[in-house]
Amino acid sequence: MTTSQSAPVIALEHAQKSFGAVHALEDGEIELFGGEVHGLVGENGAGKSTLVKILAGVHRSDAGRLLLDGEEAIFDNAKQSQAAGIAIIFQEPTLFPDLTVAENIFVGAQPLKRFRRIDGRRMRREAGALFEQLGVRLDPDRLARGLSIADQQLVEIAKALTTNARVIVMDEPTAALTTNEVEQLFRIVETLRARGNAVLFVSHRLEEIFAVCQRVTVMRDGRHVWTKPIGEVTVQSVIRAMVGRDMDALFPKIDTEPGRVVLKVDRLTREGDFTDVSFVVRSGEIVALAGLVGAGRSEVARAIFGIDRWDAGTVEIDGRRLPPGSPTAAMAAGIALVPEDRRQQGLVMDFSIERNIALASLDTVRRGGLILRGSERRFARDWALRLRLKYARLTNPVWTLSGGNQQKAVLAKWLGRKPTLLIVDEPTRGIDVGTKAEVHRLLSELAAQGVAILMISSELPEVLGMADRIVVLFEGRVMREFARADADEDAIMHAATGLVEEAA
Amino acid sequence: MAEVEGVERDAETSPGWRRLLRGLVRWETLLVLLLLASIAYGTSVSPHFLDSITLFFIGLNVGEIAIIALPLTLIIVTGEIDLSVASMLGLTGLFMAELFDHGWPIWPAIVAAVLLGGVLGAFNGFLITRLGLPSLAVTIGTLTLYRGIAQGILPTDTISGFPQGLANIGVVPIPHTHISYSVLIFLVLAVVFGVVLHATPLGRAIFAIGANQEAAFYSGIRVKRIKFWLFVLSGMTCGLAGVLWTLRFASARYDSGIGLELFVVTVVLLGGVSIFGGRGTIVGVVLAVAVLGTLQTAMTADLIPAQDQNIVVGGLLLASVIVPNLGDIYRRAQARLRAVAARRQAARVAQEEPT
Amino acid sequence: MTSVAEDQGVLEPRSGSHAFAEFLARFRELGIVLALVIVVGAATIDNHLFLSAANVQQILAGSAIIALLAIGETVVIITRNVDLSIGSILGISAYATGVLYVHHPGIALPVVFLVALAIGTACGVVNGLIVTVARVPSLVVTLGTLYIIRGIDGAWAGGNQVNASMLPDSFNKIGYETVLGIPYLGWIAIIAVAAATYAMRSFRTARDFYAIGSDPDAARLAGIPVGGRVFLAFVLSGAIAGVTGALWLSLYASVDAIAGVGYEFQVIAAVVVGGVAIFGGSGTVLGAALGALLLYAINSALVVVNVSSFWSLALSGGLLLAAIAFDRLIALRVAPAMRTRRRARG
Repeated sequence: MTTSQSAPVIALEHAQKSFGAVHALEDGEIELFGGEVHGLVGENGAGKSTLVKILAGVHRSDAGRLLLDGEEAIFDNAKQSQAAGIAIIFQEPTLFPDLTVAENIFVGAQPLKRFRRIDGRRMRREAGALFEQLGVRLDPDRLARGLSIADQQLVEIAKALTTNARVIVMDEPTAALTTNEVEQLFRIVETLRARGNAVLFVSHRLEEIFAVCQRVTVMRDGRHVWTKPIGEVTVQSVIRAMVGRDMDALFPKIDTEPGRVVLKVDRLTREGDFTDVSFVVRSGEIVALAGLVGAGRSEVARAIFGIDRWDAGTVEIDGRRLPPGSPTAAMAAGIALVPEDRRQQGLVMDFSIERNIALASLDTVRRGGLILRGSERRFARDWALRLRLKYARLTNPVWTLSGGNQQKAVLAKWLGRKPTLLIVDEPTRGIDVGTKAEVHRLLSELAAQGVAILMISSELPEVLGMADRIVVLFEGRVMREFARADADEDAIMHAATGLVEEAA
Repeated sequence: MAEVEGVERDAETSPGWRRLLRGLVRWETLLVLLLLASIAYGTSVSPHFLDSITLFFIGLNVGEIAIIALPLTLIIVTGEIDLSVASMLGLTGLFMAELFDHGWPIWPAIVAAVLLGGVLGAFNGFLITRLGLPSLAVTIGTLTLYRGIAQGILPTDTISGFPQGLANIGVVPIPHTHISYSVLIFLVLAVVFGVVLHATPLGRAIFAIGANQEAAFYSGIRVKRIKFWLFVLSGMTCGLAGVLWTLRFASARYDSGIGLELFVVTVVLLGGVSIFGGRGTIVGVVLAVAVLGTLQTAMTADLIPAQDQNIVVGGLLLASVIVPNLGDIYRRAQARLRAVAARRQAARVAQEEPT
Repeated sequence: MTSVAEDQGVLEPRSGSHAFAEFLARFRELGIVLALVIVVGAATIDNHLFLSAANVQQILAGSAIIALLAIGETVVIITRNVDLSIGSILGISAYATGVLYVHHPGIALPVVFLVALAIGTACGVVNGLIVTVARVPSLVVTLGTLYIIRGIDGAWAGGNQVNASMLPDSFNKIGYETVLGIPYLGWIAIIAVAAATYAMRSFRTARDFYAIGSDPDAARLAGIPVGGRVFLAFVLSGAIAGVTGALWLSLYASVDAIAGVGYEFQVIAAVVVGGVAIFGGSGTVLGAALGALLLYAINSALVVVNVSSFWSLALSGGLLLAAIAFDRLIALRVAPAMRTRRRARG
């Protein structure tokens, strides 16, 4: 191994970062050396992306130290981070679609010739040389529009090389790549390492970590767990470190007798998103859709609710088929969806709390075509009370609420429709522990009352604690289905990372 | 109960006086002041300005603009725009006159003009909601297209000779009052639009679309369908306004109402409707209509030519979008100054202790 | 509009020949030239006078004005903005030029053009400042300045008119003299379009315009001074409209308060027909200029084949709509290939 004995190129010590009441990072720690590929793993919400954003200069840590070649440094913005030789390759890069590949690589720093004109020939030549160095074929003259994600990442990597980046951070780079593309990326990572770059490789997929990294750091709940050379760890030990946590008291799922089939999804397919997905949800049952980010869980939920159309297959509610692509029809059939992104999809942030809660139930708060303010307020107050929403005034804009209470407002909005099927997508993401427990109790009570619940969650303890059955998706397909009794973290994680044969 | 009513800490950060101030400088308050100022200006120009006959002329001047402004308000609240309103007014008015000229009785011709407005609006709506084209580009296109069609049909002539009874509604007040017919129509429509926008599920949906289209769609609101019908409504209302305009001037020409979109957009934005969508009130728009009408009539009484009045109206348009941003502009300027100061400071420190 | 509109996917063909669509999108200039040949050919067959020297010169001189304005409008639209005030700027600059000659008959030609340039630049600065400092949509700003500038023009001109007899011959010459059969104005437009086309390819600032229109947020992240560049785009557009105002006067040789009314729509139509995306980010000055030529040629052809020239406005609007609808359909056709696609492994 070529790890130099001198100071790390970049290091982060005891970094903390909070967003309002949410502690995204409580004790972040990482050391990157030149000539080393360093893996960073952890569940969703473990603080990986916050750590990456601190390195990128997008966020500034509230506490802790950032060391550059052993010297303390502060990044106020992305430019300073770039100037320090740090390049971030995001999962979905933001290129300029109307510019050529070469222009995207050199944007703002094009090589010039006389009279400050852009030296197009040199730009293309250098871009070509970079791709050659990376061992890939990509036409520098084609437009970035329409490039595959993998090729877009290549452009970003080439861009990083032109700025002589010493540290290259790859945030979930393989999430949207095909097998061949992943192999190509691995070759490039190896090239970068051989050049002496430090590479931070963030991934959910453990087999990739084991394939390319020399050392691996595990994070959990915003904290650094351990950093070890890859030779000293196994898949099992990494998974244990990622999920290992106490979880008895938090998830009070009441046992229920599942009733009639409420939702029946049969061979549902949406090209590019998911394929042949089949499962059922019965009344009084909580079914979890588990899997990694990008496995197609939210896409399935969105299709059932009619946000996206599906290409093939059927969705039945109480035995009646739903038309594709109609949220109105889905709502009429008794479906409610608490979406993944509550700020963008769940709530109208400028609307008052009461208007948000009533927005999906305008039919019930009107008389003769007019919305009755009084009955709207009673409706909102009633549901706010039932969900123990903490607010100052119902007429305040909903953005004045904390994250957990915003989520309660979304839940109130949909429970107000008395759904027969409730779909919740990451119901406890980014909310505090107390509210989290309340949401879990609520879901459990609803199931006990006979509501069918389809829950999407990236938190394994939540899935294991709450769900009666667990459907694991991988790459848009159902990988395995577990009954509550058969499921454990290792088995789900294996299925979710595509390692089904080991688990079997 | 105590737990429920517990105060969120970050909800109440602004001190009481500031909230009071914010309440007082509501946009509508500003408009009332502006209206009073316009009236004061008018009375200083002509001692008879407050006579009831002036009221009639104010109404006459802005009637069509005011009527068209109502559906445009809804469209702008959803975050879209319709710049083709003046051209639809011109073309529908011409269409009615042509039908009348070809022997149609006047009432069917009027109905046909309103229906044509609906068709023109539906064409806008189709391109915007079904093809997903930006409403700005589409309605710039149809502004040109509809006016061009009117010009192609009737390049140089005018059509006149409408039945006296109907032609009168443009120039005489409603019997025993000093209100013009167009103002009556506007007031009735304003009540209808106000109720729809502020008190019905549809109105709530319109606000939700403008404030967050995605969240609206996730709440089961039929975003495209609503937008489409708003454009149809805009077209039909322009048809009605086109009929009124033609009767008022007792003649139809291809360039009837050309450039009127400036006034209509000004009225809507001056009324406090956000150009970015999601915010606005019909009351504000009604007040803005009153301001514009009074100001225009006062300026006319002051013998200010129409061209110069356009400067004032254009200035009002710019002011009504800049003024709400003044706070932001000030804050950004401050932040920039601070950044410059910090950079200077850093440079000085670096100079003092060379590394 | 936003993702909602895209996701409902009513008009989202799932297959199709992308290669052909991409070809059409990339080689718009070729398509316009082809259309131009067809229009000219058809009109000439109908009436051989269409290709007479006088008519060709008239087309070239008239379209040169539109093409010049289109250069500035192209830059603005590429940054995802729009400038509706160019017709008014042209008008006020043309009138100022005429008045200048009335009051100072012996004034030197370069001074006249400098004054026209200064007036246009000042208008552009106002537009640019309001758009970038107040962060108000350029549509509203330039709709306002369209009428404000026109109003100032009208207040200044009143009912007055400046005629050819009040203008020196050296000035009027620009409008009617030709070199190698092409009018001066045509040469000016050709040189300006060539220079602008080259500049838009060769300078960082120009590439920044494209980057901004392509993705404003990414441009900000990449360290491009977005506000400054948008400001510059409006100043350029205003400056060009100012100079074009003087040229307009040399061509039409008389000016009153309504000079250039409605030009903004013809210019926007030309720009969009010429393949400049109304969403910003792509398009060329050459395409826009060819669009102007095509538009003008069609108008002229209509007259030749005895369709009233009064239909020309409708034609501009119709072509504008056809162009954006066409671009959109092409984009939808190419879209499925561009959709992020996750493919099952192994």
